[in-house]
Amino acid sequence: MTTNTAVLEARDLSRTVDQPGGPKSLLRNISFRLDQGQVLAVLGPSGAGKSTLLRLLNRLDEPTSGTVLLQGADTRDMDPRTLRRRVGMVMQQAYLFPGAAAANVRYGPAQHGIVLEDSQVADLIRQVGMAGYEDHDVSTLSGGEAQRISIARALANQPEVLLLDEPTSALDDLSKQDIEHLLASLVRERNMTCVWVTHDVAQARRVADLVLRLEAGQSIAFGTSQELLHA
Amino acid sequence: MLNLLFHTQMSLGVGQAAVVAVLAIIVAQFASRRGAKIGREIPMVLLRGIVQILLVGFLIAAMLRGPWWTGIPVLVVMIFIAATIVRRRVPELPGAYTLSLLCMAAGAGGVLTVMTLLGIVEPKIIILIPVGSMVIAQNMNIQSLFLNRFLGEVRSHRGEIESALALGASPEHAAESYLYASFHASLIPAIDNLRSLGIVWIPGMMAGMVLSGTSPIYAALYQFVILSMIFIAGAVSCLTATYLVPRRIFTPQQQLRRLT
Repeated sequence: MTTNTAVLEARDLSRTVDQPGGPKSLLRNISFRLDQGQVLAVLGPSGAGKSTLLRLLNRLDEPTSGTVLLQGADTRDMDPRTLRRRVGMVMQQAYLFPGAAAANVRYGPAQHGIVLEDSQVADLIRQVGMAGYEDHDVSTLSGGEAQRISIARALANQPEVLLLDEPTSALDDLSKQDIEHLLASLVRERNMTCVWVTHDVAQARRVADLVLRLEAGQSIAFGTSQELLHA
Repeated sequence: MLNLLFHTQMSLGVGQAAVVAVLAIIVAQFASRRGAKIGREIPMVLLRGIVQILLVGFLIAAMLRGPWWTGIPVLVVMIFIAATIVRRRVPELPGAYTLSLLCMAAGAGGVLTVMTLLGIVEPKIIILIPVGSMVIAQNMNIQSLFLNRFLGEVRSHRGEIESALALGASPEHAAESYLYASFHASLIPAIDNLRSLGIVWIPGMMAGMVLSGTSPIYAALYQFVILSMIFIAGAVSCLTATYLVPRRIFTPQQQLRRLT
């Protein structure tokens, strides 16, 4: 019996939405638990419910039933803003805010009354391989560079869990490899707990400790990467 | 030319209305052929417009004999109807009717009340209803523009707004830049009307006052007052909306609703 508290745990998570043709189930009874430093890859085809699952974990969407526990506490009892600071997210596209890269990195902490010093901002930008880009206007950045700044922006909140929603799928092959390598190193260095959505099995094999396979909103397999992908 | 065919003021008015209606329908048909799809809508809009304005004409004629305060319920009803029209422009916005009603009550209602109390709008039916209706109608247009633009901004910047939420921003902060962009855009016509007043256009009300024998200088000042009232009412209603509209597009759990 496991007695230690999981960093992140999902219990029977389901989401159904009302549509003109009747209710549609997007996700059904998904459960998993992640300990400190574990990386879970969520695999599945388009429409399998991968992004839906991620959005339930930081409460960008509301589960119809089920529970998400962060360090053993029900996330429904938390202020959504506090939850989202503790559970960071990097989306498929960077969605940077207009202005300088540094302003983007400062954005998250500023929402909680924390003003990052210039040296802290520079350090975060350096960690994502963009040293010296603090004053660059984000509209001049390439897709890969923008994604790096969005990673620095998510890390600036010092999240306990990082949610990655296909962070490399909108990039060219070279940037894809760079960003995957960057994220994998950052997650390992910081011993972060991470949920990484991808449709790329090879990527999941490279980065994940655990794998959850989804199909049509249901879990069809859950286990270690070794069991499911290296066999 | 028309006054050669029509010899009374009433028949001339009917003739003028018929000619502009036919021209508007012809233009709408041409616009439809270019893909604007207003060919069916315009005849109904014109018919509705003429019936409504004639009813108001009859109403004012009947009310002229009554006390000035009977104009208040008329203006209140106008605000309720204006809110219905705004709601139709943004059917996807939850609670759009109540929101528009509250915003226009604050904007048009508030401005008309203050201006009447200050004596800038004379408490006379013949002034209260035409001036009030102008302020309410323009307020309705500004409100529609604001909400329509804002929902468009939200739809096209959903990723940015959800990124801000995911970083711990409050819904108000996540939507702030789009609220103010919409606020500014919706007031552009009112601001440009003030900017171009007298240079590009001489408003109908001023022309009417001059034609009825009022001093052109007083008519010009009064027209400035009316356009300023329209601007103030629009700004107040949109400002009110910037406080109320985030509650409509975000859930209590601070999630961005799907706007279908």
